[in-house]
Amino acid sequence: MTDVTNKNDNTGDVRLSGISKTYGGFTAVHPLDLTVPQGSFFALLGASGCGKTTTLRMIAGLEEPTSGTVHLGDQDVTRLPPYKRPVNTVFQSYALFPHLDIFENVAFGLRRRGIKSVKKQVEDMLELVQLGEQARKKPHQLSGGQQQRVAVARALINHPKVLLLDEPLGALDLKLRRQMQLELKRIQTEVGITFVHVTHDQEEAMTMADTVAVMNAGRVEQLGAPADLYENPKTTFVANFLGTSNLIEAEVDTKSGDDIVLKAGGGKLVLPQARCTAPTTTGGKVLVGVRPEKISLAHADDAGEIPEGRNRITGTIADASFIGVSTQYVIDSPVCPELAVYAQNVDRDARLVPGAEVVLHWAPAHTFGLDAAQDIDAGIQEEAV
Amino acid sequence: MATVTEAPPLAPAPEKKPPRKRGRWTPYLLLLPGLAWLFVFFALPMVYQASTSIQTGSLEQGYEVTWHFSTYWDALTEYYPQFLRSVLYAGSATVLCLLLGYPLAYLIAFRAGRWRNLIMILVIAPFFTSFLIRTLAWKTILADNGPVVEALNTLHVLDVTSWLGMTVGDRVLATPLAVVCGLTYNFLPFMILPLYTSLERIDPRLHEAANDLYAKPSTTFRKVTFPLSMPGVVSGTLLTFIPAAGDYVNADLLGSTDTRMIGNVIQSQFLRILDYPTAAALSFILMFAILIMVTLYIRKSGTEDLV
Repeated sequence: MTDVTNKNDNTGDVRLSGISKTYGGFTAVHPLDLTVPQGSFFALLGASGCGKTTTLRMIAGLEEPTSGTVHLGDQDVTRLPPYKRPVNTVFQSYALFPHLDIFENVAFGLRRRGIKSVKKQVEDMLELVQLGEQARKKPHQLSGGQQQRVAVARALINHPKVLLLDEPLGALDLKLRRQMQLELKRIQTEVGITFVHVTHDQEEAMTMADTVAVMNAGRVEQLGAPADLYENPKTTFVANFLGTSNLIEAEVDTKSGDDIVLKAGGGKLVLPQARCTAPTTTGGKVLVGVRPEKISLAHADDAGEIPEGRNRITGTIADASFIGVSTQYVIDSPVCPELAVYAQNVDRDARLVPGAEVVLHWAPAHTFGLDAAQDIDAGIQEEAV
Repeated sequence: MATVTEAPPLAPAPEKKPPRKRGRWTPYLLLLPGLAWLFVFFALPMVYQASTSIQTGSLEQGYEVTWHFSTYWDALTEYYPQFLRSVLYAGSATVLCLLLGYPLAYLIAFRAGRWRNLIMILVIAPFFTSFLIRTLAWKTILADNGPVVEALNTLHVLDVTSWLGMTVGDRVLATPLAVVCGLTYNFLPFMILPLYTSLERIDPRLHEAANDLYAKPSTTFRKVTFPLSMPGVVSGTLLTFIPAAGDYVNADLLGSTDTRMIGNVIQSQFLRILDYPTAAALSFILMFAILIMVTLYIRKSGTEDLV
């Protein structure tokens, strides 16, 4: 779809050109162009079955593409078997060799390439992942987090041009997962190798990666920096899959300067032209989006105190759940049912309880516009993993 | 298998009443039929045979326990050629079974796809007919004027095998080769099934991981697949070698007087010559010999914790 950047040093670039994979009549990956620049931490994000793992396996050589080519730097590796590619993989379930101890697992790649004196390298690598003490244990004697670190060490010791990670943290519990995310990020910065990371966890992708490609049904929906994807989703799938979005159906009324004025229910909403990816002909439909944390809540009695120029919607609180740092409200509005609002618990207004009449307001700059021809609910179920 | 993970500690039972006595004895009661069976059909005959082996006397005057241990020595010195032959034939058949069975088990486990069940049935199918009938069928297959022997003659294979002492002249029947072929054929499923079971349990991702870590397919087999299938190799070879070493049917039907195995000697001592002490002593020697060989083998293959 898009090139991320063009750098001069490109020996660790991964370049996919028109790569696709079909199984019988099913297309797992539609023809795809993707460039992962040298040294970047790149995440392929999507729900299960979206083609992200297949894409990764085609880079590794474990899956042969139906069409297209894979380049590593300037080398065409499309027809190379996995054991000849300068690429290593951290597998989803780690795939550690159960009959070998930790030392031999880590040394496996070096020994296969005929390197005789592996001791020093393996010990250093085990030190890097803090497993020096466990060298002579068998994989099944280690905890999930330790096994995961062995899998990373086993791949990294070969100094691959690209490290591929297939849901490497999927089997860990939440706390350990957060810890390992930071750990992996640290290792990546330290070794400077290109990381391609497959995950279904949007938080994981956003925390770790410099660039995220959101995949859906075998296609890349959108590609960009995490903050950019979050603030400027271009499709309803991305808007709903990355965090939560309120999507409101509206009709284009007039255009004034750089802004579009839209009619939603009885009220008017303002949307900056630059943040709208949909065609805007007068009378046409547009989906207006706003993130729940961008919205402020005011009790209907205080509606007069809301500054001019903000988008506003009236509604009734249907539900409020207190979760410590914030309170999550569900607001029913004639414009749109079930709007989500996250309010920081700084000064809590005791009147904001279910049943209260409220006004929602937010800065027009935080509004984005999407093509109304899409499924408004795309990407919602998949988020709840 | 010793790789079995430790059983989780039992949760403390909710204590309402002190545990009833019957519950405590249930496992033993359930074991009772099996133990009784083993006692009557295994332990008692063993003791009986052991006592027979140290008796002297004759059929007419009856036998008496005289602690005559030299029967063992006499039996061993007289029949050691048959012992050695048994080990040789059974060993050859085991190696052949492994060479034939491994590729097939590998194919079924990793490549057969939807044909897997069909091939498995074909492997087991011979069991649907009697052991004897199947062995007799080999008499026809290896018959002197049959197509197999003719083909082998034309290709001059028999020249090589008879030079090696495996066949005699231009015959296959009544030669060591025929006996080994029969043993191999009859025990092949006992090799394939355990091999298949242990191969099938190998996570295919381990192959991918090895491939990813610069191992060629042949290296992957040597360093990952084969070591992980060792439990199957060990149990397969044991299940083939042990019964093959004591077998007498193949040597009887496909061999000649020059291919007599220890099983044939024991059978004729018991049933024709009626020298019960010698027959019993031979049985015990065979049993101990196999026990020692198996123990050494398991030690050597370093899979005590895998079998």
